[in-house]
Amino acid sequence: MSLPNSVPVSWFLVLAALLFAIGVAGALTRRNGIGIFLSIELMLNAANVALVGYSRLLGERTGQIMVLFVMAVAAAEAAVGLGLFIAVYRQRRTIDVNRLNLMRW
Amino acid sequence: MQFELLATAAKMALMLGIFILGVAPIMLWVERRMSAFIQDRPGPNRLGPLGLVQGVADAVKFMFKEDVTPAGADKPLYLMAPALALIPALSTYVVIPFGPDLTVSGKTVPMIVSTGSAGVLIFLALSSLGVYSLITAGYASNNKFSLLGGIRASAQLISYELALTVAVLAALIPAGSFYLPDVVAYQQKHLWMVIPQAIGFLVFLIAMFAETNRLPFDLPEAESELIAGFHTEYGAMRFATFFMGEYISMTALSMLAVTLYFGGWTLPWVHLTGWLGAIVGLAVLFGKVSLFMLFYVWVRWTFPRFRYDQLMRLGWKVLLPLAILNFLAVAVATLAGWFPGVG
Amino acid sequence: METAIFLIFAALALGSALMVVTHKSPVYATMSLVVTLFSLAVMFVLLGAPFIGALQVLVYAGAIVVLFLFVLMLLNISKEEHQQEGQTVHRWVALLGAGAFIGLVVPLLYRAAQPRNAGVLTEQFVSIREFARDLFGRYLLQFEIVGLLLLVAVVAATVVARKPPAAPSGAPGADSPVSEVEP
Repeated sequence: MSLPNSVPVSWFLVLAALLFAIGVAGALTRRNGIGIFLSIELMLNAANVALVGYSRLLGERTGQIMVLFVMAVAAAEAAVGLGLFIAVYRQRRTIDVNRLNLMRW
Repeated sequence: MQFELLATAAKMALMLGIFILGVAPIMLWVERRMSAFIQDRPGPNRLGPLGLVQGVADAVKFMFKEDVTPAGADKPLYLMAPALALIPALSTYVVIPFGPDLTVSGKTVPMIVSTGSAGVLIFLALSSLGVYSLITAGYASNNKFSLLGGIRASAQLISYELALTVAVLAALIPAGSFYLPDVVAYQQKHLWMVIPQAIGFLVFLIAMFAETNRLPFDLPEAESELIAGFHTEYGAMRFATFFMGEYISMTALSMLAVTLYFGGWTLPWVHLTGWLGAIVGLAVLFGKVSLFMLFYVWVRWTFPRFRYDQLMRLGWKVLLPLAILNFLAVAVATLAGWFPGVG
Repeated sequence: METAIFLIFAALALGSALMVVTHKSPVYATMSLVVTLFSLAVMFVLLGAPFIGALQVLVYAGAIVVLFLFVLMLLNISKEEHQQEGQTVHRWVALLGAGAFIGLVVPLLYRAAQPRNAGVLTEQFVSIREFARDLFGRYLLQFEIVGLLLLVAVVAATVVARKPPAAPSGAPGADSPVSEVEP
């Protein structure tokens, strides 16, 4: 399965950067806690694309292995984060981050 | 390039026609006659000889019945859910081999639609997307019972998916590849995987029933429990779509079981090649899958239903440890060289 | 042919990513994330990592996002509330930040990857066997550490999300689906 390189890797990297920027905008803008979480997942995926892109460029498989670890870490983070959301919801009946302001100055 | 596209299209049409589209009407009839036989009653026998026209009557009924959308339902998600049920069903057959390699005008055509090396992984990945139709159906129906049914069904599917995946991985160890024709070739050369890995097959079998929401694991859609669970609010054609999706995913998982544990399209001690071999291979695969489907129907009308907590306990505390132990045992056996022909 | 696939799925990924960050209903945002993840899986396959692509669908789209949906439905989170004051400024700042990021990084990445040719995808690069050899050979320690991390995460999630033991007098009411439904 030897595919010719018809799509330049730089395009994939640009896609990764755009996705990351969208994720950042979402994480800063959303008020729903789950929405922020989704934006974070978007950022992680953008990083994954960049990693695999560079792995392809350099001919090394290290990038792909890192992606595997990133996925595992994202899963762990999602599990614990959502557990926290459930706990917070139990107490405060909301996950609107503007209202979760007990620790503000 | 043209030739490959044509060949792939032909293979897809063949697999789709025989296994996917042909399944639902046949299974409808088989299910009803066989359930009647098990329950010692005639079953549909008024419409046509042996009740064969019953399926047509059912189809006509489904087409003309009124599709009611519940008020307050989330319209886009509500309409999308039955379609989502078909996506994994219609895409997982591409990695199942159904015959020996054919030579057409000098080029070798493998009898499998997708020749990617990550075969089984693609199957598992696509079938894990089946959860979404349950969740969206339960959520979008604006009905507390549907929501509960949807949540339970998806929790059940995810839990048993783990045991299924580990059992599948153990079955792949001796063959040493994710590519299913390699697994079939290994079984043709040595022995059917069900013999050394009977426990793994048992785990796979039970998980298979849970993954397709069939009795004894059909609590989420049981008639006497949550009305009809996640598909309470779906009538006529949409309900028929869910039904079809269920039968098709049963077929897909049966095909995987046959390919991993029972030698796929091959017959023991018979070497099939060429066009005749391809046809015989297809027929053999069809026959083995039919046996599995019959088994599905048989179990459905024999066993009572699992309660939800019993179901979850079985999945996590019994099947997953068993699957992991099986995996360990197979790994040790492979390292010790007890599996024939492992390099 | 590959260019067409790339363009279609890249457009799909960007479009659904925009839906993720802008749609008012969290459930729709989550479903859009599924579309994004699926498109990115196609990207991974194009980049010569079919194993990662399959895993992306299996793990990310098939399990993590389902977890998100579970929590959304258990907590019965409906649409976001109306805009508060200070929200518009917030939005513009975020957009400006994202725009600045794009303006800085994108040309850099583009130029950095340009002169070098990626070379032909070999069977050896794509093979899962070689991937496993790397994973369990060079990176065995990291693999084990990640396994430990997952174990810790499982325990932590279970402890954090479970019902508090004996409810004191000030506990929230019992009408929440969270305290009743424990799937």
